[in-house]
Amino acid sequence: MAKAQRANRMWRNMNAKIAAVPMILTTLVVFVGGTAWTVLYSFTDSKLLPRERWVGFDQYERLWSNSRWLTSIENLMVYGVLSLIFTISIGFLLAVAMDQKIRFEDSFRTIMLYPFALSFIVTGLVWQWILNPEFGIQSIVRGLGWESFTFNPLNNPDLVLYGLLIAGLWQGTGFVMCLMLAGLRGIDEDIWKAARVDGIPTWKTYLLIILPMMRPVFITTLVIVAAGIIKLYDLVVAQTSGGPGTASQVPAMYVYDYMFQAQNLGQGFAASSMMLLSVLIVLIPWAYLEFGGKKHG
Amino acid sequence: MRTLKLASALVASVALPATAFATDLEVTHWWTSGGEAAAVAELAKAFDAGGDKWVDGAIAGGGSTARPIMISRITGGDPMGATQFNHGQQALELVEAGLMLDLTDVAEAEGWKEKVFPPSLLDACTVEGRIYCAPVNIHSPEWLWLSNKAYADAGIPVPTNWTEFVATAPQLEAAGKIPLALGNQAWQSNLAFGAITVAVAGLDIWKQVNVDKNMDVAAGPEMAAVFTAVGDARKLAAKSTVQDWNQATNLVITGEAGGQIMGDWAQGEFQIAGQVAGTDYTCLPGLGLNAYLSTGGDAFYFPKNDDPEIEAAQKRLAAVLVSPEVQVAFNLKKGSLPIRGDVDLAAANDCMKKGLEVLAGGNLLPTGDMTWSPDVVKQNEDLMVEFFKSDMAPETAHAQWVENLKSGL
Repeated sequence: MAKAQRANRMWRNMNAKIAAVPMILTTLVVFVGGTAWTVLYSFTDSKLLPRERWVGFDQYERLWSNSRWLTSIENLMVYGVLSLIFTISIGFLLAVAMDQKIRFEDSFRTIMLYPFALSFIVTGLVWQWILNPEFGIQSIVRGLGWESFTFNPLNNPDLVLYGLLIAGLWQGTGFVMCLMLAGLRGIDEDIWKAARVDGIPTWKTYLLIILPMMRPVFITTLVIVAAGIIKLYDLVVAQTSGGPGTASQVPAMYVYDYMFQAQNLGQGFAASSMMLLSVLIVLIPWAYLEFGGKKHG
Repeated sequence: MRTLKLASALVASVALPATAFATDLEVTHWWTSGGEAAAVAELAKAFDAGGDKWVDGAIAGGGSTARPIMISRITGGDPMGATQFNHGQQALELVEAGLMLDLTDVAEAEGWKEKVFPPSLLDACTVEGRIYCAPVNIHSPEWLWLSNKAYADAGIPVPTNWTEFVATAPQLEAAGKIPLALGNQAWQSNLAFGAITVAVAGLDIWKQVNVDKNMDVAAGPEMAAVFTAVGDARKLAAKSTVQDWNQATNLVITGEAGGQIMGDWAQGEFQIAGQVAGTDYTCLPGLGLNAYLSTGGDAFYFPKNDDPEIEAAQKRLAAVLVSPEVQVAFNLKKGSLPIRGDVDLAAANDCMKKGLEVLAGGNLLPTGDMTWSPDVVKQNEDLMVEFFKSDMAPETAHAQWVENLKSGL
């Protein structure tokens, strides 16, 4: 009886299942297959062309003793944590400000979202100019009369990450704001009315009632922002090309440079497998939170 | 109606070149600065004169950006007609995988073996007795370019070697100049390191390390002295914040910086800016200490193609590139040295003549690109750019450098 029921479910909705076959195949062959192939070849000493000469964990040992890779990981962590905190909190605050039934909301929303329409390459170049001491902020402030003003983050190894962060925030917060705004608009008007009747102050309503209700929006935002951070590449290439020195290197640049410039595919594969691992660390808890609970419900 | 017309015009403009009579050959290279572009135009002109068409595929951003694009096109089954590489190990695996056209018959017909000088250039194109590339110029990275204006502004005579350059640097700095211009890209730091090695440690040490690969010498006191010297250079370049090499050269041209360690391709920039060698700028091969030049350079490789017509055109282009007339026209514009000993460079300027003298005297060495794999070169680039832009101790950098070399043994 149970068997027949399961077979029945298999055949239900056949049209949809057949329609999904091409996408399933693409996923299996291109994504899963490509990923498996990359991980497999990270255990070889492949140079310019892949070859099957197994070297065990040699590539990983070299990777984790390479100072540029270690700097990249450290940079990514600092950038990642700061970027997560600031994009989400600024995005939420902007969304709350937008939600106050202000005038010209549409125009403000468009302005805020515009940076997101620009590619990271354009963003990086724009901010490279703005932060350049000879053309940007420093020269403008000096031109206003403050002669000793120095603001040159992109050429200072200690500050360069913050230079990247400013550009990243400028580009990303508008998008987060829109997600949050959609979340806020999804909250039932009756909840607001009930809170007002009970005399709860607005800030408390946001913090204690609305925020917990927006959990799905926050989780989605978190995953989108986190995935964007791990694959951070084009912004750095355009803005600093990893400099000064190796101060703003990120893992994705290491992968590219070693695969193609150093013609050492094995090393590049090892690095990209480590990146995959970090993506999984972000994704698995999310998938668990999003889909794990629903089985019972 | 108008849209239709516009669309058909667009289609025609795309379709026309394909139906043209002569064979089109797409040539990819990374020559994009002013001087370089002028030199490429000479190559294109010579090739077009033979009835074919040179389709220019310049890739901006330097060799390290361009090479991955070229390699992925070749390995991905979308080969161009011809492509630039620095000859040596960069394209070695592509040749070994059978992706490059064998040019041995062209080389024999044109007598490359007798004419190409120094012969090491052709050796670098040869894999198992077959020739796979056409060398077009000799480039040596070991040059110090000095701005006469910067030194005139500071009221001191122009140095004649690296030691004097370092000694006079404080006076330059007092005059508000950057002593040493250096672009932020990694390969430029590595180039400066290579030049300082030859200048400070001398040829014997250089050969023992890079040709015989003697790791005891690499870890020895002579190389430690080189790292101290590079540490000096680092202080002089501290205020230099430009990215590309030609921006750094521009600092020297305008007299904002005292000097730059850069290959002889910098010459083309001085020429475009209308500067005269000897009066506006000074060049010191081998940094004025050891007048040795490494004979690396650019070469064209021809990826294998199924179409016999394209293959014939590839061979025609190979012959054109090495021909004496093209060699003279191209190298005068580019500021590099010709690859054959039998051409007359009467029009050469002061700096090129210095280079030709070194070349004729036989003070030559192979380049790091020829003796080390790209993997080792890349690791050293990473190390050098980190060293130049941080306060890493010379000893630490030295130890790491030896490790990098060992990974390529």
